[in-house]
Amino acid sequence: MSEGVTKKFMYLNRKAPYGTIYALESLEVVLIGAAFEQEVNLVFIDDGVYQLKKNQNTGVNSGIGVKDFSKTYRALEDYDINNLYVDQESMNARGLTEEDFIVPVQVLAAAQLRELMQQQDVILSF
Amino acid sequence: MLHTVNKSPFERNSLESCLRFASPNDAVLLYEDGIYAALKGTKFETTMTNALQQFKIYVLAADLEARGLKTDRIIAGIQPTDYGGFVDLVVEYSPVQAWL
Repeated sequence: MSEGVTKKFMYLNRKAPYGTIYALESLEVVLIGAAFEQEVNLVFIDDGVYQLKKNQNTGVNSGIGVKDFSKTYRALEDYDINNLYVDQESMNARGLTEEDFIVPVQVLAAAQLRELMQQQDVILSF
Repeated sequence: MLHTVNKSPFERNSLESCLRFASPNDAVLLYEDGIYAALKGTKFETTMTNALQQFKIYVLAADLEARGLKTDRIIAGIQPTDYGGFVDLVVEYSPVQAWL
């Protein structure tokens, strides 16, 4: 990527954490990509909304014994990544509200997300 | 935009989400286990017929063949394509969203 060219990157997350590696890998790529100073949009659809559930406890003593990477979402603002979007229908279908999330997000209707998708140069799917 | 679906609609909601977020003038390519959505006589036939009003829908013929199916089993309007066609779709409709 040549210097000065800013592209719009969307990371589209559709998997719950821990059951598969997708959620963690997405976050890793987001953090790596942050170094390139592109416009970044994180979108959470379907089971992807579970990634943002607060109070995850995965430690050896009371949990499944893996790293709790949900705290990393709170660090994203340090990388100037502030565009986190949640699909309203996915959230509602799972009985979640904005208060369930570990970070502030913008809850959008499908039509708004559809529009956002159309504006992207690159979409990375997880 | 090109949307790709490679999971069976009977197992995952990938197709459903794809159709919910696809915009008019986008294209959808069904491949791997996603090809089952292209078949006539399934419970998704009406969904696909309606989707054809909005989007161009393609199916990768090699994945039909691999699963013992031929193009005569696919819903009218869904267009079979080969690997070269897959590449052409990526070029024409870029960017790509893969509904994994």
